[in-house]
Amino acid sequence: MSSGEFASAGADLELVGIQKRFPGFTAIEHLDLKIPAGSFFALLGPSGCGKTTTLRLVAGLEEPTNGRILIGGTDVTHQKSFQRPVNTVFQSYALFPHMTVLENVAFGLRRRRIDDPVAKAHEALRLVELDHLASRRPQQLSGGQQQRVALARAIVNRPALLLLDEPLGALDLKLRRQMQLELKTIQEEVGLTFLHVTHDQEEAMTMADTVAVMNKGRIEQMGAPEELYELPRTAFVANFLGQSNLFTGPVVGSTSEAISVDVAGQKIVVPAARAHRHTGEVTIGVRPEKLTLHVTEPVGDVARNTMGPGRVIDVSFSGVSTQYLVEVPGIGTLIVFAQNMAFGPVAHEGSEVWMSWNIEHGFGLEDDASAEPRFEADDTTRSIATQKRSSLLTELEGA
Amino acid sequence: MKISLGKWLLPLYSLLALIFLMVPIVYTFVFSFNDSLKSNITWRGFTFDKWLNVCQVQNGAVCEAFGNSILIGVVATVVATTLGTMIAIALVRYRFRFRAETSLLLFLPMATPEVVLGAGLAAQFLSLGVPKDMSTIILAHTMFCISFVVVTVKARVAGLDPALEEAGRDLYGSAAQVFARITFPLLLPGILAAALLSFALSFDDFIITNFNSGAVTTFPKYIYVSAARGIPAEANVIASAVFIFALVIVVTAQVSRAAKEKRLAKQG
Repeated sequence: MSSGEFASAGADLELVGIQKRFPGFTAIEHLDLKIPAGSFFALLGPSGCGKTTTLRLVAGLEEPTNGRILIGGTDVTHQKSFQRPVNTVFQSYALFPHMTVLENVAFGLRRRRIDDPVAKAHEALRLVELDHLASRRPQQLSGGQQQRVALARAIVNRPALLLLDEPLGALDLKLRRQMQLELKTIQEEVGLTFLHVTHDQEEAMTMADTVAVMNKGRIEQMGAPEELYELPRTAFVANFLGQSNLFTGPVVGSTSEAISVDVAGQKIVVPAARAHRHTGEVTIGVRPEKLTLHVTEPVGDVARNTMGPGRVIDVSFSGVSTQYLVEVPGIGTLIVFAQNMAFGPVAHEGSEVWMSWNIEHGFGLEDDASAEPRFEADDTTRSIATQKRSSLLTELEGA
Repeated sequence: MKISLGKWLLPLYSLLALIFLMVPIVYTFVFSFNDSLKSNITWRGFTFDKWLNVCQVQNGAVCEAFGNSILIGVVATVVATTLGTMIAIALVRYRFRFRAETSLLLFLPMATPEVVLGAGLAAQFLSLGVPKDMSTIILAHTMFCISFVVVTVKARVAGLDPALEEAGRDLYGSAAQVFARITFPLLLPGILAAALLSFALSFDDFIITNFNSGAVTTFPKYIYVSAARGIPAEANVIASAVFIFALVIVVTAQVSRAAKEKRLAKQG
């Protein structure tokens, strides 16, 4: 299929001062957002953060309490859903069970009285490699196939904006990978603007050019996936997007290059450019995979922060890497991910260890960790279980 | 030798239960061929006359009653199904003042004894000065049928994923198009079931009808009245015909569904 046939380009989406209240609660506090045409934008957040509401507002399935929605510069705030150049891939796929796959895909074309809907529907089904199942009913397809039909049904209309509401949530890992790849390919091929809503950080990071992390009805941070991961601005982002070791303490020294923070008696240095606040009580952090584990006290190195001694309280081996939980007196529990360069874990439960990391890898947060649960609070059986689960999944995928 | 009790006891019990249920139907059917005179109680010989001349007896009173019942049933069913479906959709899909109270009110006609309902309606018609005729029967039937329609269709609406209608709107369908092409076809099995139920209830009803019919005679009322002086065999003919008709519909539906499932299984 030539890409020219779906070449109509995407359009900008602009949300201006959006607020959405439902009886009893506010789903979106105040949202300003501009998504440039042709981008793959992911709204990432936990359930109840307002991401799905945002998507429904754009689709016209809800009306904002305040604010304006512009698509390609046109104000669509008061347009009905069926008047907007937007199509949605629903979380449940929402395929019409009483129609064939082909009729499902042709539905939008027929409503707009587009010429030759059947041929165009076949064309879209070929794009998702399902044309041979055109006469089937949706119930007769597998989850992955239904998902592709939902996708074909949306893109066949060549919308300016394609909305994806956790469309990969119901798929198993292998199908997810396939679909992620397929979505990326289709986006490159048809050049639409994609707005993807998900609670899966990995999905957001692998697919989107820009990720906006949403929490409690507002955007916490927005940027390229690497940027968000390497330099989180808030404790929420630091913990929601991957895991972080966070410490709080007063700034005891600062130069134009770096600040040093006293964390329970240990001096930790963070580059000034990577710290949002340079005075007073600050929260700083480092990613678990940036830590190196030492079984003897490391010799002083000005380029590295050292912390310890601490005691290993848990070791979980996951093939590619090993996760250590290290209890440091006065500071709390730290997570360390270590690549398994040697055979088996380097430290065992109960052994005394030190940790060090390159100063350049630290970051200083804008907010107080106290506003969000501190790291210790997240170090529950649940987070360990989650970590364990995702590493098990990684292993499964490798197998 | 060990005798397995369960092996023959359950089939025997089932058989007896079936016979018990079938006896009145078989009796009705057999006596529709009785060469009866005035009453149809003793067997006087086999004849097809009653089936062939079903509308001749008593100047066609049986057929007239039957026709009335059909007419009332059809009108009440159409009105009750239309209104009931609208109410069901509104109750599930929209939040409005007195929604819970409306649901409760709709249950009342089902919970109230028919005698009370019939007498109450009759009293209302009397005090409003409405003459009792066909239209009062239709009004009464529509009223109690609506409750059953709402209950049946409501279950179907509740099971309908709202995302399907949203997808319809998202795919450029106006409100009317979404209703016609998505909501209605998906609710249709529920609506049809509700309509069949309504018709059966209306066709069958005697108590409420008797209070509100005035001089009009429906089929159940005809049978009730004539039971006192002997039911003519023509009534058996019509009852048997209705039974056979219903049986044919059920069998056809079952067979066609089985065929469809087989076809789908083959495809999948």
